[in-house]
Amino acid sequence: MKTLPDRAGHFGIYGGRYVPETLVKALEELTRSYKLLKKDRKFQEELRAYLEDYAGRPTPVYEAKNLTRHFGRARIFLKREDLCHTGAHKINNTLAQGLLAKKLGKRRIVAETGAGQHGVASATAACVFGLECVVYMGEEDIERQALNVYKMKLLGAEVIPVHSGSRTLKDATNEAIRDWVANVETTHYLLGSVVGPHPYPAMVRDFQSIIGKETKSFFLKNWKRLPDYLIACVGGGSNSIGFFYPFLKERKVKLVGIEAAGQGLNTKRHAASLTKGSAGILHGMKSYLLQNRDGQVEPAHSISAGLDYPSVGPEHSYLKDSGRVKYETVTDREALEGFKLLTELEGIMPALEPSHALGFLKRWIRKTKRNEIVALCLSGRGDKDIPAVRKAFEKGISGSDPGKRKRNREKV
Amino acid sequence: MQNRILKQIKRAQKQGGKLFCAFVTLGYPSLPFTEKLIEKIARAGADMIELGFPFSDPLADGPTIQFSSEAALRRGVQFKDAFALVKRLRRKGCEIPIIFFGYLNPIYHYGIERFSAKIKEAGFDGLIVPDLLPEEEKPLSRACRLQGLYQIYLVAPTTETKRVRLIARKSQGFVYYVSLRGVTGARKALADDIRKNLSRIRPLIKKPILIGFGISSPEHAKALGALSDGIIVGSAIVEKIRKSGGRAEPVAGFVKQMARALKGKV
Repeated sequence: MKTLPDRAGHFGIYGGRYVPETLVKALEELTRSYKLLKKDRKFQEELRAYLEDYAGRPTPVYEAKNLTRHFGRARIFLKREDLCHTGAHKINNTLAQGLLAKKLGKRRIVAETGAGQHGVASATAACVFGLECVVYMGEEDIERQALNVYKMKLLGAEVIPVHSGSRTLKDATNEAIRDWVANVETTHYLLGSVVGPHPYPAMVRDFQSIIGKETKSFFLKNWKRLPDYLIACVGGGSNSIGFFYPFLKERKVKLVGIEAAGQGLNTKRHAASLTKGSAGILHGMKSYLLQNRDGQVEPAHSISAGLDYPSVGPEHSYLKDSGRVKYETVTDREALEGFKLLTELEGIMPALEPSHALGFLKRWIRKTKRNEIVALCLSGRGDKDIPAVRKAFEKGISGSDPGKRKRNREKV
Repeated sequence: MQNRILKQIKRAQKQGGKLFCAFVTLGYPSLPFTEKLIEKIARAGADMIELGFPFSDPLADGPTIQFSSEAALRRGVQFKDAFALVKRLRRKGCEIPIIFFGYLNPIYHYGIERFSAKIKEAGFDGLIVPDLLPEEEKPLSRACRLQGLYQIYLVAPTTETKRVRLIARKSQGFVYYVSLRGVTGARKALADDIRKNLSRIRPLIKKPILIGFGISSPEHAKALGALSDGIIVGSAIVEKIRKSGGRAEPVAGFVKQMARALKGKV
């Protein structure tokens, strides 16, 4: 398999660079600098030190024995990105880009955020590297994620509410790009996922691929074999690409990405761009996109603000078409069940994003065998989602109230 | 038939005049208004029309054009409305060059060949796609060439010399110079480095240069007229439409004032 993207940032027909001319110089600069720093041992060493001593890498791979016993099929392992500093894999990318911004001589970073995880991780990196930080966030998300908004402010970031469009991540991204166009010479755009114009999809993938590299060496070292399946949730797709990428050439490892089906694929309220969308252009890239018959972008919906995005990283679009990764969908309700299951059986509260990957297990794992291994990327912890989860359970969206459940002693 | 944009440029060059290009959002506040307005501003001294097709995510645009786009989309504006409107104008004998301005996604989704054939047939003369660089989506430039539609590209203050040359070569009719770093929208003052930047790019571009972004007053128009071959005014016109309460006359009056200032008639 040849390495992707090509020099202009294309993954097959996807990716590329669809931006106003004003940004070309900055993107060229970024592409050049990133190429140099990729091979620069001092930069890599510095980054490694931050990832280890500051973010807490490597993160463990935990065998979820109770969960495995519950299903009675393949052994389930969790890659614990939820244990990273700031509570999700997002910090891998923000530390790397923060360091890069500093090397580029930029004094200011702008970022978009949906759930607020990338916003918090960006504000955190800005503290570490002494950068000014501005975070754009949709008004609706500001209401849903009040805790993260306050955290960003404590970290010294300026949070700017976005009132336009659907007032969520898509619009926050538009606004962050507009800010960057206006301040391109002093500012680095710290994009939080494997989306946007070249070089972001490739660069963020590289920064996140540490997730997959660690997973791979864990299994080779301790199990002398690779897992049979890797499962991860896909919004923009940064945790999943980071998890999958080092395994792409391992043909025997099956890769499954889980999209948010929201209230159902037959409703308009979902975020399954790969499953229900078609090729289109948004935020500087060509990729699968949720759009109406006129090519206007449709708002996405998911209970998880982090998956609430109408497009997806261009490499995922390529991997879908090539068949290397299978993409499945999980509804809000199934995700809440996944959340509940992991919380009750393993004492780990997952974020609602990886709860989608967990929700998928229930439907799918009976197809696996007992001697097989499933590795699931637990991309973040659930603290930020507790109010949303509580609201959903109190409304009775997913089965019984978790507090009323009878504890199964033999599992504890 | 010669492209109307080229015809207009040649006419202006012969008379030593400047070109005034007026931007209006299609269907804001309504389709009949847009139609009436184009006829009026064509008579008020505009030399070209940039007809802005609304998009859900106009990332090169500031609040004014965002607002007008959202309003037009709420009314359900579609491509077929753009085609029909221009077709009607042409049938009525309105011969002003009309440039389709729109983001790439609706065009891509509609189908590049089909789209270019349709806008040509309707009577459009050219195309500006603000999120399309000359390096991407080659089939669109091929289709435009085939149809005799001018594809106009933008040069920004940040564009490096080598790229300015490339864009000058690729852009047809004229080159659109973005006066500032930022999105569209009326500004009180012009960017202070316009003169410096223009003297850098002028020797690299043989085609006429029209300046756009942020131009809002007759003073701006006059100042830029001295530095370029013409100007493009968008947000300031759309803002006038918003305030005009559904009347085209005040908007046409503003266009007249701007065009006269540009052409040194005040």
